[in-house]
Amino acid sequence: MNTLFIISTIVMLFSSVMVITRKNAVHALLYLGVSFLSAALIFYLAGAPFIAILEIIIYAGAIMTLFVFVVMMLNMGTPLRRKEKNWMRLSGWLGPVILTIILLTEILIIFIRPPFSFHQLLFISPQDVGFTLITKYILAVELTGMLLMAGIIGAYHLGKREKKAIHRYLEQINK
Amino acid sequence: MTEISLESGLIIAAVLFVTGLAGVMIRRNIMFILMSMEIMLNAAGLAFVFAGSFWGMPDGQVMFIFILAVAAAEVSVGLALIILVYHHFRTLDISKLDNLKEK
Repeated sequence: MNTLFIISTIVMLFSSVMVITRKNAVHALLYLGVSFLSAALIFYLAGAPFIAILEIIIYAGAIMTLFVFVVMMLNMGTPLRRKEKNWMRLSGWLGPVILTIILLTEILIIFIRPPFSFHQLLFISPQDVGFTLITKYILAVELTGMLLMAGIIGAYHLGKREKKAIHRYLEQINK
Repeated sequence: MTEISLESGLIIAAVLFVTGLAGVMIRRNIMFILMSMEIMLNAAGLAFVFAGSFWGMPDGQVMFIFILAVAAAEVSVGLALIILVYHHFRTLDISKLDNLKEK
């Protein structure tokens, strides 16, 4: 099973790097979907099958779909490639990438510092998760419901087209 | 007992988070910045689930469910804002979207 873990880790890290370096928005979204799917596989191998399925359904299934629809609506696929190529010059990304690599080295040193030992992960069943959600985290569940309601109302309000005062046809005649 | 260890899981979550952070910093298109933020949220959720599995408590997975809900709400409102911005300014370049009100 360790082989599976290593393979899915490599896929996830590779596709995440591809997400941030692609010029075409649709390509980046597809790599993002692959990253989420491999994360779901890692969740399953870590003893969290419920979270693996939730990640596929909600993250790769709903959030990614939202992204794809907006990218299609704004027509961001092929026409923007040249602009993206101009935006991604070496002077632009060298500094931040060096700084993030420094941060990554620091955090790896923290994790691998002695005393170092491998701790095993346990399997958590969906029943435990559901029970904890309903009993211990009931307040947070209610607040999440309110948050999602606010998100729906906000997205609807922001996405509404303003009503025109006169009809399109009359506008055209008057031009 | 699974075959993954906590340390390797946390290292993977850290590398993924840093990847998303680099993506937020180096891209100029706001859609890519949102995508990189989703990578960062996924990495944080990964760390939560690994930590919860280590202690044998389902709280880590519960935290991931909340992270999922927050990410969904944030993405929907953020994408609606991006559409509005695009209709108004005709560009998604963040170096051009630096004014609060047009002159």
